[in-house]
Amino acid sequence: MAAVATIRRRPQLSRAQRREFFFGVLFASPWLIGFFLWTVFPILSSLYFSFTRYDLLQPPVFIGLTNYTNLATDNDFFLVVWNTLWWVVLSSPLGVGSAFLMAVLLNTRIFARSAFRAIFFFPSIVPIIVVSSVWAFVLNIQFGAINATLRAFELPTIPFLSSPDVVKPTLLMIHMWMQGGAMVIFLATLQDVPRELYEAATIDGGGSWARFWNITLPMCSPVILFNMVMAFIGGFQNFALPWLLTQGGPNRATEFFALFLYRNAFQYLRMGKASALAWVLFIVIVIFTVTLFRSSARWVYYRSE
Amino acid sequence: MAVKTADTSPPLTIRHTRHVSLSDRMGTIGRYALLFLLAVTFLVPFYWMITSAMKDDSQVYVVPPVWIPNPAYVGNFISAWQVQNFNLYAFNTVFKYAIPATIGTVLSSALVAYSFARMNWPGRDFCFAVCLATMMIPFQVRLVPLFIIFKELGWINTYLPLVVPAFFANAFFIFMLRQFFRTIPMELSEAAKIDGANEITILLRVILPLAKPALTVVALFAFMDAWNDYLGPLIYINNEPEWTLALAIQRMGRAMAEVGAKSNAYPYLMAVSTIVTMPILLIFFFAQRAFIEGISLSGLKG
Repeated sequence: MAAVATIRRRPQLSRAQRREFFFGVLFASPWLIGFFLWTVFPILSSLYFSFTRYDLLQPPVFIGLTNYTNLATDNDFFLVVWNTLWWVVLSSPLGVGSAFLMAVLLNTRIFARSAFRAIFFFPSIVPIIVVSSVWAFVLNIQFGAINATLRAFELPTIPFLSSPDVVKPTLLMIHMWMQGGAMVIFLATLQDVPRELYEAATIDGGGSWARFWNITLPMCSPVILFNMVMAFIGGFQNFALPWLLTQGGPNRATEFFALFLYRNAFQYLRMGKASALAWVLFIVIVIFTVTLFRSSARWVYYRSE
Repeated sequence: MAVKTADTSPPLTIRHTRHVSLSDRMGTIGRYALLFLLAVTFLVPFYWMITSAMKDDSQVYVVPPVWIPNPAYVGNFISAWQVQNFNLYAFNTVFKYAIPATIGTVLSSALVAYSFARMNWPGRDFCFAVCLATMMIPFQVRLVPLFIIFKELGWINTYLPLVVPAFFANAFFIFMLRQFFRTIPMELSEAAKIDGANEITILLRVILPLAKPALTVVALFAFMDAWNDYLGPLIYINNEPEWTLALAIQRMGRAMAEVGAKSNAYPYLMAVSTIVTMPILLIFFFAQRAFIEGISLSGLKG
């Protein structure tokens, strides 16, 4: 491989090849230019800003690692890290798990399958502002659909959004309701599992549970990994729903990393600290993702094509 | 890699015997019970949204809750739309944001996808890998510098920060279109080349007409992304005349919590929410298949 690469590296490109290269790069240039303008340059400037104090009004002042070392004694920081880890560790498996469960349910011979699929999928494409408005009303402590019903039966109400102990599970519930995207990916994977495997297992006397455990689950494990990675990345960045539904409350129980970062940047105008937070987040996401991929050798089954 | 559909392959249940045993029948009943329970749970919030939109305050602040509003105030949908200048916000959302962003995304992503799928140039596969990897970068890392860049450019309170980057292609859509372009036989391109066509002619005359379904999906996704976007407008758009629907609805929801909330606050919020959900429902209804195929595709690289 290396040899091929070096030979290619010093090419006597023919006219036609040079033309091909020129047009190839030309066609790809929107992405290439955008990559430098909107990704590489911002990431590097963000690293620079993380070493400065910058409030947008005065020019940035270089302060070395102060933004990072200050985090070590920042109780707010540890609070949001705790909240965020809680969220990521629970929401990823529960979200992926519920998506998988729905897909498995839909992947059987059932009546009105596409209607069920549409119902399970739809919440994931509704505007987040609508999701939060509607759930805020449904879960309202006095007159929401659930609590007004409970009150009608003189049962105790559930403080979905007003108790610090209940609000995180409430967000988990809404999160599990919005797993249509992952569900559809699972469904496509399930329909891709060769039927012969199930037929062979049935002939060998495998029950439905054994078939699920020994065929369905291993065959889906690469996609489970993919969805878990996406869920981890998304979970660390969880912003819109808690921001709209609870504004981080009550008692900062839903003050997640992304909310804390947003407040520092746009409410307190601490661009330096916000950039440092962004880099901490970036590094943590990379570590989590790499760890997940490393562990995957033990539990992901790749069928050779 | 062929586009895999969610519908074509048959369901997997195997009917291994003619006789349906009792436990199988119980399993079927249990499965339907679970499906119906889940489906009802999933639909309750939408049902509550639509019915509450047609209530008045006496039907909102009441125990037990009203499940079927009588009388149903259908006029709420119009009154709610007039509480704020929602025509303006809808205009902003569609014409200043969604449509330009969609045009930019489709054009640029198709061009880049064509290069990645059907042109041979050294470094192509490396660039494509980098392009995919960018999807994993958290948006927060770019948030502060991008804000500062756009502020320096004087673009705050305009739609430029949301529209201009769309013209520089989107990694996810590049991936989707590339997968689709690769399914078109190379012979078509070669035949066109023999006839003297250059790459641009091939893209415009051969590939794009064949890729209409995929381009439609990308356009629909891009439009919905803009229509549903909350974070982008939140950061870049502050002054009220430039608001999107999402920002206006947020304001409406916050005002409700304040002391001395106006009458019909909840019904109006639900009415506007219903109206804003309708285009999404319509798009989904008419393009459900294309939609689900498009999303399934994103998992296949996993």
